[in-house]
Amino acid sequence: MPKARPKHLNLFVIRQPIPAIVSIMHRASGAFLFLFFWIILWGLDRSVASPESFAQLKSAIGHPLAKLLMLVLLWAYLHHTFAGIRHLALDLQIGTDLPKVRAMSYAALLLGLGITIAVGVALW
Amino acid sequence: MVNRDVVGAHYGLRDWLAQRVTAVVMLVYTLFFLAVLVSLPTLDYDNWQALWRMQIMRYATVFFILSLLYHAWVGVRNILMDYVKDLGVRLVLYVLVILTLIGYGVWTLQILWGR
Repeated sequence: MPKARPKHLNLFVIRQPIPAIVSIMHRASGAFLFLFFWIILWGLDRSVASPESFAQLKSAIGHPLAKLLMLVLLWAYLHHTFAGIRHLALDLQIGTDLPKVRAMSYAALLLGLGITIAVGVALW
Repeated sequence: MVNRDVVGAHYGLRDWLAQRVTAVVMLVYTLFFLAVLVSLPTLDYDNWQALWRMQIMRYATVFFILSLLYHAWVGVRNILMDYVKDLGVRLVLYVLVILTLIGYGVWTLQILWGR
């Protein structure tokens, strides 16, 4: 009798290893940054347009929802950056054995989350 | 014998390399920007406005945005290639992505030099 094979590849049922999670989050954060980059440009535009628009922007980003949005954008940027550095390291064949692959994946995930939380605490 | 030679579109290696070069440019810019931000005495309008009037800031940002546009194009195109199977829909999305990126680029230039 042949061994029973897995019967499905349901993404919500199979357990993803940590590099897979960091990798799919790299993709998701990249798509997110593409879709919402206009918010950053809009903010830059308002910040340099005039003293009045600068002041308006400053008071607008004091709103809790605006802070939350900035933190999500920051997290996407940081996760994409750290997961990207991980990819560059792997391209240079740095840390390609399994324990290091796992450690670097955790590092990428936790650095992005950690800095975002630290900035969030500083903002509130 | 059926000819089974695998022949791609031949932009794979170029885009793979460009993705990495542009990533490094953006990484360097990010560190540069953080250093500049920390060196500002206070984050008020006058300092901020003066910063964006500096040529080095403007040209560094142009390098950043050009890298970002290419990087985002390769990345978003790869996502669409993976998930959007219908050719017509995919082509329409490609066009929308390209137009969006051109818009981001033009807007950035306008912010940097437009006033």
